[in-house]
Amino acid sequence: MKKVYAVQNLCLNCKLCEVYCKTAHSQTKNIVKAYKEEVPEPSARIVVEGDNQASLALQCRHCESPACVEACITGAMQKNPKTGLVSTDETRCVACMTCLAACPYGIIRVNERAAMKCDLCQGEEAPACVQNCPNRALVCVDIYEEAER
Amino acid sequence: MRYYAPEFMVYRDEERCIACGACARQCSNKVHIIDEEKGKLRAEEENCVNCQRCVALCPTNALHIRHNPNELRLNYNWTQKAVKEVEKQALSGGVLLSAMGNPANHPSYFDRILLNASQVTNPSIDPLREPMETRVYLGRKPSKLEFNADGTLKEKLPPQVELDIPIMISAMSFGSISLNAQKSLARAAEECNTLFNTGEGGMHRDLIGYKNRAVIQVASGRFGVNKEYLNNGRIIEIKIGQGAKPGIGGHVPGEKVNEDVSQARTIPKGTDAISPAPHHDIYSIEDLRQLIYSLKEATDYKKPVSVKIAAVHNVAAIASGCVRAGADILVIDGYKGGTGAAPTRLLENVGIPIELALASVDQRLRDESIRHQVSIVCTGSIHNSADVVKAIALGADAVYIASAVLIAMGCHMCRTCHTGLCNWGIATQREDLTRRLNPDIYAERVANLLKAWNHEIQEMLGGMGINAIESLKGNRLMLRGIGLSETELRILGIKHAGE
Repeated sequence: MKKVYAVQNLCLNCKLCEVYCKTAHSQTKNIVKAYKEEVPEPSARIVVEGDNQASLALQCRHCESPACVEACITGAMQKNPKTGLVSTDETRCVACMTCLAACPYGIIRVNERAAMKCDLCQGEEAPACVQNCPNRALVCVDIYEEAER
Repeated sequence: MRYYAPEFMVYRDEERCIACGACARQCSNKVHIIDEEKGKLRAEEENCVNCQRCVALCPTNALHIRHNPNELRLNYNWTQKAVKEVEKQALSGGVLLSAMGNPANHPSYFDRILLNASQVTNPSIDPLREPMETRVYLGRKPSKLEFNADGTLKEKLPPQVELDIPIMISAMSFGSISLNAQKSLARAAEECNTLFNTGEGGMHRDLIGYKNRAVIQVASGRFGVNKEYLNNGRIIEIKIGQGAKPGIGGHVPGEKVNEDVSQARTIPKGTDAISPAPHHDIYSIEDLRQLIYSLKEATDYKKPVSVKIAAVHNVAAIASGCVRAGADILVIDGYKGGTGAAPTRLLENVGIPIELALASVDQRLRDESIRHQVSIVCTGSIHNSADVVKAIALGADAVYIASAVLIAMGCHMCRTCHTGLCNWGIATQREDLTRRLNPDIYAERVANLLKAWNHEIQEMLGGMGINAIESLKGNRLMLRGIGLSETELRILGIKHAGE
């Protein structure tokens, strides 16, 4: 499946991926409103770790056998058998934070209502972080297909 | 203590600012500072060089940079610039340094030259529907061709270099610009079938794959020059002078000479890379001839040798000497040409305009019947495709561009290349900054620029009813001057508009 990959030696530590991710997952889709007005405040599902010397954007790996899905106590976290996408059903999620503890990459956030994670911006041409990275340090590809090419 | 006010002011629209801190993390000059306590950003404006990196990356367009509106008492004799420069020197005791080209408000002759177009008596050509040739061949041409009975040439042609477009990328050395910047230029040159120039800093091993698209420079420092290096390019260029700083050499400070730069230049790591003002083995045209033929010998006479000179007062006579010394290509660099660092006084006061130099060199070589022995490449502030067309009509075979491709790579002409803190990752060797220049993106942008200019050149040629760039070369009847004096028109060899 297509996933977001970070190219470490191109990452600028500008964290614009976080800004655009947060906006893409807001109600208004407006950067200023997403940051300053919306309640509850939306949150980014991608996190840049590191500093200017070395940085890397982390986001859900949509694992083959996801620890978060296994850990989920309500069955809200599911892996789509067709697309491979790991996503949470907010209506069933009880924000117990078990997935957060189970995730080996530490990239699930939980607010007071539900778990939040990368959904690869379903319905968009490409995830917001990939589209807006100023240095093409984020790519959305199927590495197995790429390798065959 | 500094007596002058900061040159620029940073204005932040607090309504828009989301305090994401991208500006702070991107500024190598440490202008933007995140105030954790207040959850806000503030600016240390005295550090700002107006490179526009923060402005470009700000996701909410909350930033803009302006000249400090602070004014001295109005004085047309002692301008603010003049006063500030004296104050700076009083503080530092040093030579003032600048970068990129001459910023002074001097006339541009290109802007005062107009092009012709076909009307009624000869048809114009639509380049989208009819063939339009922009291919040029650089190198010495024979004075006549003789053929055998089977139609083959009796004598071998001197080496020629074919370019699909009449625009090459000018010399910018590894050391003055980053490896990622050079990689972008090399890839763009390959894509457009033209050449980039290594500058005088030798060739990094990563660029050897692009050797068919490289002009190899040999300058007074002779950095990285050996037989292998000479054979790693299509053209060998002896750099005598540079338009931005004719008469002086160069100096890359030791801090910039990291492991990679030291290997490419074959000098110890951390040592200053000093290019002497003259080549110490060239004190005459005869000496130049010796070097030209040494280089030809080292490359089996397979590569044209180019000589690059700055446009100075006697440029036509010097050019004639260079051609007679055996140069196959002559590069003339005008006084507005760029640089990574030069003393401000030289940058702003030495040399002559490229348009006048080009016209007088072309005329002199024609008068001496040696114009065919050399290809002329002109450079030094070519702003757009119309400048290219005008330069070719004035007598150039092709042009070199550098500032324009730097702008295509993000340069905003803040003219502080010499600080080594380039926020766009161009004029720096700091790894966290060079990383900002992804060659995948910038090769594309530079290639886009070259292709766009070539389209425009084709349109202008078509308008003049010309279908090959070779037919425009030295065709000064296609040019008319506007608002130029008799002397200027005579030197340019063109008529005034209306004549």
